[in-house]
Amino acid sequence: MINNTFDKFKGSHDYVTSEALRNAVNVAIALKRPLLVRGEPGTGKTLLAHSISRDLDKRLIIWNIKSTTKAQEGLYVYDTVQRLNDSRFGDKDISDIRQYIKPGKLGEAFASKEEIVLLIDEIDKADLEFPNDLLNELDEMSFYIPETGETIIATHRPIVVITSNAEKELPDAFLRRCIFHYIEFPDPALMEEIVKVHFPEIRDDLLRQSLATFYSLRKIDDFRKKPSTSELIDWIRVLIASGTPDETINTDIPFAGTLLKKETDYAYFINTFMKKKQTTKTTDS
Amino acid sequence: MFTNFFYTLRERKIPVSITEWMTLMEALSKGYISSLNDFYYLARAILVKSEAYFDHYDVAFQEYFKGIKTPPEISEQILSWLKDPFNRIFLTEEERALLDIMDLDKLLEELEKRLQEQTEQHDGGDYWIGRGGTSPFGHSGQNPAGFRIGGGGGGRSAIQIAEQRQFRNYRQDLTLDIRQIEVALKGLRQLNRTGPEDELDLEKTIDATAKNAGDIDLIWRRSRKNKVKLLLLMDVGGSMNPFAHLCSLLFSAAHRSTHFKDFQYFYFHNCIYDYVYKDIERRDTISTDHLLHTTEQDYKVILIGDAWMAPSELNSVYGAIYYYERNYKPGIIRLKQIADHFSHCVWLNPEAPHYWNEPTITMIRKIFPMFELTIEGLQQAVKKLIVKR
Repeated sequence: MINNTFDKFKGSHDYVTSEALRNAVNVAIALKRPLLVRGEPGTGKTLLAHSISRDLDKRLIIWNIKSTTKAQEGLYVYDTVQRLNDSRFGDKDISDIRQYIKPGKLGEAFASKEEIVLLIDEIDKADLEFPNDLLNELDEMSFYIPETGETIIATHRPIVVITSNAEKELPDAFLRRCIFHYIEFPDPALMEEIVKVHFPEIRDDLLRQSLATFYSLRKIDDFRKKPSTSELIDWIRVLIASGTPDETINTDIPFAGTLLKKETDYAYFINTFMKKKQTTKTTDS
Repeated sequence: MFTNFFYTLRERKIPVSITEWMTLMEALSKGYISSLNDFYYLARAILVKSEAYFDHYDVAFQEYFKGIKTPPEISEQILSWLKDPFNRIFLTEEERALLDIMDLDKLLEELEKRLQEQTEQHDGGDYWIGRGGTSPFGHSGQNPAGFRIGGGGGGRSAIQIAEQRQFRNYRQDLTLDIRQIEVALKGLRQLNRTGPEDELDLEKTIDATAKNAGDIDLIWRRSRKNKVKLLLLMDVGGSMNPFAHLCSLLFSAAHRSTHFKDFQYFYFHNCIYDYVYKDIERRDTISTDHLLHTTEQDYKVILIGDAWMAPSELNSVYGAIYYYERNYKPGIIRLKQIADHFSHCVWLNPEAPHYWNEPTITMIRKIFPMFELTIEGLQQAVKKLIVKR
């Protein structure tokens, strides 16, 4: 990328990115489009927004989506019940509707004086219509509050990062407006970098052995949930803390429970894999 | 600029719209691109909105930009690919056995020999290194003991990335993992308001309160619940053995999906006769008549099987493959009974559609709408189960 103003995001010191991801982020920033990120659980979709916010030194606003979240809540909530309640006691001026309008996360992002990073986390958790309801607001970066007659317009378009786990199909009209990136599972070389970010002091032997074991476990297709990056980090932390000798990592796979979170996976692992190890051991001796 | 690339993408069935294409043009006009490599990522991020289409994109990209490719040259890198044992994992047992026939060193020797002999690019045929032939060297070839050579050495160009086609596994017409199946099954729901009135109807509350002159009047309503009931009938054993893993994925996905009102499953072998089985070993039986009497007609039925058997197994009295089953009604009659009883049935077939002209499969397809047991097929099947016939 030649253009200096364009090439903004380089990945922060504690978040390792691939070239494709950096390009996608920078394109999204330059074109002022929302960036939609998908990928396996544990590949750092949510952390990306944190990293962008740190790297570009901009405030981060997080909007966590739940199955009950409505698009309207992100803009503003008109607390009618509070107003109704106040009306019965007469201690507040209920004709001033503005005090009952509470901005949502999106409203907060638009109203911000400086450019900020807005993370809309796990958008697919919400109702099918949810993304469609936000189309216009994300396009125009403005919305109208009929109750007060105000229009909120963003002075700086926020950098919008949207994550999705593909639990639901996102509407085409919404997708057309996004820049899309799929975070692949890191290859061993990238993973090595990632681990080093978390454990700068790690011994080479330990790193090599644990990564080899990790990737051999991931090759087993019968697991319901394959171990991911966050599990690997936890596992290495345990390995370091326990002071396990490096050469036993590959053969014994200690603390496998850290890597395999599902009961069925763990049972399968103990039954097939470890038994095989034992039989080969006995035949060796 | 690149307008034909747009049409190449559309030809590859990637849903690219004009809006997205204009976005790409905007990005290009701002001069964000310095190399083909940048263009590969930029165009992908803007134009392709699902990893399921990444592979289609790679193919289209290769097709369109093929001329720009530098001629392949053999390097250490290719030799190391050839030695790479990981590729072997993706082969079937059969292919691996064939591969073992050919000694690796001998193969390498042969490759070097042919490299020296070959002076030009070569596609097709069964000897030269190239594309599409049956020679053991090259790619898109047919020789199961051969190696795939995907492009030349040197720096990683965009074409090479496209050529690696590492997103092949994300294609939707392949079956993948349990989570995707769960997502597909999630489509199987019909929400109805049932149960106790435990949800506050805010709008009606406000209406009623306003009518009440400000005295708060709370209105409650029933919450929405899924009313879909699912019946799974699975063919096990025999010709279904190669697909056992696939079926178990589907089964666990259905089992894990908590959103069904009721979920029942039974097993059968090849075809349904007088009895179905509650367990995979086929010991615990329940008569098919009993099953039809006790399950309501609004169950959605998914049958899974290859539907591939001797015609007599389907058409004849006592046709069952196990003599002790002694079925008094031919299997096809039983299948018709099921199709008549339940209003929504589909048959998922793990065999590829080009086998579907087998006589028994054709007969069963006349009774049940049949879909391939892939993510795409499952999605279509779920749609079929939701709509009225």
